[in-house]
Amino acid sequence: MIERDLVIVGAGPAGMAAALSAYEHGVRDILLLERDQYLGGILNQCVHTGFGLDYFKEVLTGPEYAGRFIKKIRAVKDIELSLRSFVVSLTKDKVLTYLKPGGLVQIKAGALIMATGAREKTREMIPIAGTRPAGIFSAGLAQKLINIEGLLPGREVVIVGSGDIGLIMARRFTLEGAKVKGVVEIQKETRGLTRNVVQCVEDFDIPFYLKHKITRIYGRDRVEKVGVAQVDENFNEIAGSRFDITCDTVLISVGLIPENELLEMAGVELDKKTNVPIAKEVNKTSIDGVFVCGNACKIYDLADSVTRDSELAGRMAAEYIKKQ
Amino acid sequence: MIKQLTCIECPVGCSLAADIENCRVVKVSGNKCPRGEAYAVSEIENPVRVLTSAVLSRGLDLKMVPARTDKPIPKAKLYEAMEALKKICVTQPLAAGDVIVPDFLGIGVDLIATREAGQVKI
Repeated sequence: MIERDLVIVGAGPAGMAAALSAYEHGVRDILLLERDQYLGGILNQCVHTGFGLDYFKEVLTGPEYAGRFIKKIRAVKDIELSLRSFVVSLTKDKVLTYLKPGGLVQIKAGALIMATGAREKTREMIPIAGTRPAGIFSAGLAQKLINIEGLLPGREVVIVGSGDIGLIMARRFTLEGAKVKGVVEIQKETRGLTRNVVQCVEDFDIPFYLKHKITRIYGRDRVEKVGVAQVDENFNEIAGSRFDITCDTVLISVGLIPENELLEMAGVELDKKTNVPIAKEVNKTSIDGVFVCGNACKIYDLADSVTRDSELAGRMAAEYIKKQ
Repeated sequence: MIKQLTCIECPVGCSLAADIENCRVVKVSGNKCPRGEAYAVSEIENPVRVLTSAVLSRGLDLKMVPARTDKPIPKAKLYEAMEALKKICVTQPLAAGDVIVPDFLGIGVDLIATREAGQVKI
């Protein structure tokens, strides 16, 4: 079986920063696996600004932020890139199996960094009654449809939850000519950054319903309306506060959950509630030599923080390899 | 008159108080850095935003090429800018930072690409 000193799974902000950092700390045999056909991960669909102020001291969009790292990665010949490579299994001995055009590859990693990011929580993870018509999207999926595919998935939108992606999409839909009829947040404060409430919701006079929840989704083939109600401190519905909003689309923006199924497969201990690896130190896992960084390790608000976290993981992996 | 604002320049989101006299900001407080003061003045006297979006392409490896204005534009021009943006179709390969439309809307800003887009590989 082919052996590689360091294998990194995922080439978003976390994987790219980890690869560059490991290289800077002396690792000379690095394989970077990415399931998409491009480097950059989710940054490619984040066309808005708000990246880089901490790390580069300038304001960048997601693709621009990713582009800076892509340029560096391409310049380092010791980092071998494998795009369209989807890891299907991982064992506790750090043996990876991945699919890529042309076949199935099995390799053994000296050290492994998982930079697999996170998934959006879905409608099924928050209790909303009602039917299951077309027109219900996670906010990030809608973002991909608009910014990558050039498709507008709805005309009249209600956003459930006030996570940053949902707030960003409120602005994006509005600019694209759709009507955002409300952002509904059960908590008394936004889950996203205050500046996103200002520049994405208040700028466009979009109704922001704090301490409200969606009681039901209506519609047979396509979403027709949602029921909304005010809630008390215990998130129970306040009697008589219910009203309907007609819409054809519902976006779900209630947070992210680390995507760690491969670690689970390898027998790494994960927190059952948050899906975060349990270990004595940040970026480590219960298996020696298997590291984790970025949103797979902890959900970050900012890509800049992901980069810094992943640079540490890259250094830790380099130190581990030196000791072997 | 005092107007309360939330700064949007960075993720900290300082609460600002802008003291306004005759439509001019005379004093800003609550900001933790100089960007906050500049933001408050601009937000009261001439509110601006960087427009970010994506434009259609033909014959390139990206269906949509992400784009932005290289400088902030007046908030009131955002919808007009989106209308203009929808009529654009990029056909030549671009690098990030390349100008898609110079002097966009005739207001002295360029529309630039924020991601490289190459020829379709066959």
